[in-house]
Amino acid sequence: MLDRRILRLIQDIVGEAYVSTTDSDRLCYSYDATQRRHRPDAVVWPADAEQISRLLKLANAEQIPVYPRGAGSGFSGGSLPIQGGLALVTTRLNRILRIDQENLIAEAEPGVVTEDLQQAVEALGLFYPPDPASLKFSTLGGNVAECAGGPRCVKYGVTKDYVLGLEVVLPQGDIIRTGGETMKGVVGYDLTKLLVGSEGTLGVITRIILKLLPLPEAKKTLLVLFDSIDGAAKAVAAVIGAKIIPATLEFMDATTIDCVRRATDLELPAAARALLIIEVDGDASSIEIQAGRIEQIVAPLGVVDIRIAATAEESEALWQVRRSVSPSLRKVNPDKFNEDICVPRSRLPEMIRIIEEISARLQIPIINFGHAGDGNIHVNIMVDKAEPGQKQKAEQAIEEIFAATLKLGGTISGEHGIGLTKAPYIPLELETGAVACMKAIKQALDPNNILNPGKIFLEN
Amino acid sequence: MKTDVEKAQLKTLADYRPQMAQCVKCGLCRAHCPVFAERGRETAVARGKITLAQALLDGDIGPDDKVAESLSQCLLCGTCSRHCPNQVPVDSMVLAARRELAAHRGRSLLSRSLAAVLRRPRLMQMLAFGVPRFAGLLFHRVPRQSGLRLRFSLPMVSRQRSLPAFARNSFRRSHAEYHPGNPDRPLVALFTGCMINFIYPQAGEGALRALTALGFNVVIPRDQGCCGLPALSAGDGATAGELAANNLRAFSLHNPAHIVALCASCHSGMTRYFCDLGPAYEKLSLRVTDIHTLLVDAGLEAVLQGLPRPATVPGAALHLPCHLRHDPQQAAAPGRLLDALTSTDWVPMDRSEACCGLGGTFSLYHYATSQRLGAIKAEAFRQSGADRLVTACPGCIMQLQDSLDQAGLPQRACHILELLGEALEDVQKLALPASSPTIRAEQKSNL
Repeated sequence: MLDRRILRLIQDIVGEAYVSTTDSDRLCYSYDATQRRHRPDAVVWPADAEQISRLLKLANAEQIPVYPRGAGSGFSGGSLPIQGGLALVTTRLNRILRIDQENLIAEAEPGVVTEDLQQAVEALGLFYPPDPASLKFSTLGGNVAECAGGPRCVKYGVTKDYVLGLEVVLPQGDIIRTGGETMKGVVGYDLTKLLVGSEGTLGVITRIILKLLPLPEAKKTLLVLFDSIDGAAKAVAAVIGAKIIPATLEFMDATTIDCVRRATDLELPAAARALLIIEVDGDASSIEIQAGRIEQIVAPLGVVDIRIAATAEESEALWQVRRSVSPSLRKVNPDKFNEDICVPRSRLPEMIRIIEEISARLQIPIINFGHAGDGNIHVNIMVDKAEPGQKQKAEQAIEEIFAATLKLGGTISGEHGIGLTKAPYIPLELETGAVACMKAIKQALDPNNILNPGKIFLEN
Repeated sequence: MKTDVEKAQLKTLADYRPQMAQCVKCGLCRAHCPVFAERGRETAVARGKITLAQALLDGDIGPDDKVAESLSQCLLCGTCSRHCPNQVPVDSMVLAARRELAAHRGRSLLSRSLAAVLRRPRLMQMLAFGVPRFAGLLFHRVPRQSGLRLRFSLPMVSRQRSLPAFARNSFRRSHAEYHPGNPDRPLVALFTGCMINFIYPQAGEGALRALTALGFNVVIPRDQGCCGLPALSAGDGATAGELAANNLRAFSLHNPAHIVALCASCHSGMTRYFCDLGPAYEKLSLRVTDIHTLLVDAGLEAVLQGLPRPATVPGAALHLPCHLRHDPQQAAAPGRLLDALTSTDWVPMDRSEACCGLGGTFSLYHYATSQRLGAIKAEAFRQSGADRLVTACPGCIMQLQDSLDQAGLPQRACHILELLGEALEDVQKLALPASSPTIRAEQKSNL
């Protein structure tokens, strides 16, 4: 618990209304989408970089852990205050500072909700592509800290590809700027790239300069049902081989289709053992050509059915199939372990088959869907933790899946980050030398281990 | 008299444990909760309230002021549940948590005052009649505006709020109990709700006119009372249960094929909450329909479209009450009627589905937040350029009128039933064949 003296010092920095030690606030800032709970000793809502700087200086002087937090919607526990201390909520820094239509950049504070920025730039005919599933509520700060991805990444890249510059409060309270407003810049180390995806362990982001694109004129959605996962995988390779990069290339495997069919009244024939949702974007004439070519390319690959949306409503109806996955999952089993492995896209069918084998052997349902275009699979291991032995089985499945992923040249996390939940598995993927290098960076910037301690690297 | 009716059994907070477990803390409620949009704190959003309710059950937190404050921060609009991937019934859970808190902390002044009035129809009647007489003392007319504003503070009612005037005569008192129609047509019972009975009788008038025009036999059960939602909202389960038992008795007596609610909130009170109270309640609640849905099903659109169209018609914007949004068919009904009216043009309005910000007792506790939500609505209305703001719930009307007044807009908010009443003023009973309309009334069995 914080003693009264420290609480008073925090009040002096942020004002009385913006720090709380009540049980209800401590409980309500104890969780994220991992559903784990760790109560902070206090919750603070600073107004700006200067207050954050003073808070971090105080935290260093008093040895108080500080846990930066956006919307608290992460899937790896990045914002959980596992050692108590302060939950530092950035949602008051929520201004879009400018949208520069000549240089195609936007500058925003970390508490801006991603979709709000997207709508603001789209109103001007501009485009900020990263689209994590949480974009309606997650914040830009959180997206940058975790290097969020999303379906559109296959064509447009991930968050780090759009961050040109940052203002950051370093763990000891210094405020620095990295990068800038230009598309190019090679002066010194690329601290911007280092900070993107650093999961709140190296600094608190207080300003973000983002690259924008022109908004594509139109898009067209195709839903293709295949008789096997191989057909779907071949389709992905064939489409990309034909030099068409769709804006999204989402897949669902047989277990996912069965799950959605059981839970909804969406029309999905039993013969469909895999599906792709392919969306192309661009100018109106080019998307017609692209869609037509895709239709031809996939036709010989065991297509059960192909549906092409002619209107925005029809497109929405096709996406409904993908959106129903999440709610349908709970009907399989109450608890899920949600992993987001990524393999080279050509290895996707192999990976799915390995997961199917693990699922059958351990007798637990594993439901796979995700971003086929970039080989990013959301592996959902569905268990009932109340049943003895299930949790252990899930953990065994995760370990086997991670091992197989790495063997196929993949990575254990495509877009969710390491945080807490995946920290034990880091040694599987990273060489000791690489881990030592990362720890040296952390040690240099945060010698007192104040900022988000206990994340990414296990402490013992 | 009180023994012949099944006692209403409300769920306890512990009954909601499985639903609490369904909340996976994904955070999607942050994108949809109107209160969170204003407050910005996790204690104001659904997953926070669920966390607190669960902690309360588990003894991880005491029933302290902060918990009570957090659980009072809910409009019961259901927007979060509709978007929730796991459809967690947040509103029912919040109500159960408020009852739990009341059990620990004792009921609030507001809750006790509400109970005192709601449980005594005669007192309500007396107040309703008394108020116009003393209105001059209590309120001062807001110039050019249709609401009233308090001269001095009443507990929990902001002086800034413009309040509607009570009608000279209540709707139920000024109408016969039975209104015979075509003998081949089913019997429809009107659930008037308190606000239409005492404040907006012209909406009741409109409903009666529309139903009789369609040939329905109509009964307005004398002994009906409050639906119980205000008591539930204030955490007073006992009063809500008594009121429900009273309504069960009052409506069962007539054995109507349909019970139509004229107020979206009463409709949700009589369906979503009422049905949980026990088998007899559930059975009765199956007969409850929202009036607009019944009118659409019974073919009123065609009747309206056949009415003459005046040379110039005013534009009306539609606000869809949260309590009608649970079912798509029901949500579409007020718009379909408005569209069919030849006396009004339906003007599109931004955010027509966003909550007005009343939320029953919410606006009493959190008038500032409620006002900010209302201001967003008023601005959307101003931009629509409409002449009237039409809705399907008297609670919304009161809030919307206040919001228009606060924004300095001269226009009126009214019930769509009022417009129907005006349009159907000269229409005689229509000779509709008994078989033509498709009515959602499968239940003809005895109660």
